[in-house]
Amino acid sequence: MGRERLRVVCYSVLIGATLLALWQASVAGTPAGKGLPGPVAVARAAGEMLANPFYSNGPNDKGIGLQLLASLGRLAVGYAVASVVAIALGVVLGLSPALYRAVNPYIQILKPISPLAWMPLFLYTIRDSGWAAVLVIFMSSLWPTLANTAFGVVNIKRDYLHVAAILQLSWWRRLLQVVLPAAAPAIVAGLRISIGSAWVAIVAAEMLIGGTGIGYFVWNEWNNLALTSVIFAIIAIGLIGVLLDAGLGRLSRRLAWSE
Amino acid sequence: MRFLDIDHVSKDFGGVSVFTDVAFGIAEGEFVTMIGHSGCGKSTLLNIIAGLERPSAGGVVLSGREITGPGMDRMVVFQNFSLMPWMTVFDNVRLAVRAAHPDWGRRRVAEWVQRYVDMVGLTGAETKRPAALSGGMRQRVGLARAFSTEPKVLLLDEPFAQIDALTRGVIQDELVRMWSASRNTVFMVTHDVDEAILLSDRIALMTKGPGARLAEIIPVKIPRPRTRAELIDDPEYLRLRNHILHFLVEAAQRPAAAEVEIAASTGRLPSLATD
Repeated sequence: MGRERLRVVCYSVLIGATLLALWQASVAGTPAGKGLPGPVAVARAAGEMLANPFYSNGPNDKGIGLQLLASLGRLAVGYAVASVVAIALGVVLGLSPALYRAVNPYIQILKPISPLAWMPLFLYTIRDSGWAAVLVIFMSSLWPTLANTAFGVVNIKRDYLHVAAILQLSWWRRLLQVVLPAAAPAIVAGLRISIGSAWVAIVAAEMLIGGTGIGYFVWNEWNNLALTSVIFAIIAIGLIGVLLDAGLGRLSRRLAWSE
Repeated sequence: MRFLDIDHVSKDFGGVSVFTDVAFGIAEGEFVTMIGHSGCGKSTLLNIIAGLERPSAGGVVLSGREITGPGMDRMVVFQNFSLMPWMTVFDNVRLAVRAAHPDWGRRRVAEWVQRYVDMVGLTGAETKRPAALSGGMRQRVGLARAFSTEPKVLLLDEPFAQIDALTRGVIQDELVRMWSASRNTVFMVTHDVDEAILLSDRIALMTKGPGARLAEIIPVKIPRPRTRAELIDDPEYLRLRNHILHFLVEAAQRPAAAEVEIAASTGRLPSLATD
């Protein structure tokens, strides 16, 4: 480990420890069960929750592991379908500039709409709260990938397309060997934004639909006034968000290229 | 019959004529180079022959067939190399070989690719990406890619303009060697007078644009094989070189004459903005 890096790690640990100490000091003296819980209480609760994360005692009492898995399952389905749709649509738009310009205003209008705003329509049309939440994930992870893919494809250097034209590559081969790899860095950047916004949206969606999921867990523990569980769930949401982002970061490094 | 017939081709962009009524033929196996100032549309003409651009008037006929779009019978070597940066050296060449021979098996394709990678002296660099290569090495990949498909016509678009002077000579020699073996028909566009004389059977001179015209086509009657070392003392070489440089300087007596004075003193026209 280089000196510079060692210093960064030291600062990082120091800042974390200071924040935890301040937090603990601010809650010191309040009796257990009253006021905000401190880090020690949260850690104790976390230990208990992590000791048996996958238990299930009926609909209102499930382990945090099960709840997280439920959220991740919804995320996986909604995100995967949205990504396929967004990349396919983005490539089509990117390859035909006229269509791109014609459709772009609609994308710009749809993009800033909170995915949760669609929830009533989804609930009304499909009448299944679980799938409505999946659709919210779909909506939240559609636009960044779509916009980035179209942008990436539109901006492919003409030289690469000229080479593809001279080699008379079939439509399919041109797509796989030239268009997608050329636009890959932009596409993955979109996927990365999308997974972040999907993970943000799932918590809110699950608070609304109830049943299972980490969002529901947070709301349920709030109703139980179990703030230690709420705080621990917040931390878990953050950590999983980091892991999801790191996974796409790796993908992005694999597909990166420089001229 | 002319193998490649440039039949009274004109091109204009937005009502402004780039060049008008350019007409000449290239025989099979012939190496013809076009020299002209930036803006005379020589790269545009090359793109029209490649089928990447359409002429405003006239047409190009290759062995009896009018060119309507790009095709594997005409491979381009680009000034900026235009390699796929996400592919290795080997894969860049393989993309072309597979396109040229869709019926070949993997093994045969790989052997063919390797042959051309070896031919341009890139053995050992197969798994490198273009970003890890020097300009000279990148253009070697460009040459391997173009030659590996055995096209009827090779179109070289200022292929050595972005390569440093020392490497340029080495790669020119390699091009001569590969061309001597394959004897493709070649149309090259360049700024470089020495390069044109070294490589060409005939040299086409364009007047300055806009509204450029084909001024003359001069034969290079220096026997092959030519080497740069022998060329320097060849009286025919000196005569041609002077002739071309005089032509270019006179053509440039209009606006930007200063550039061409540099060209006259170095024997090389400065690379201006690409046309």
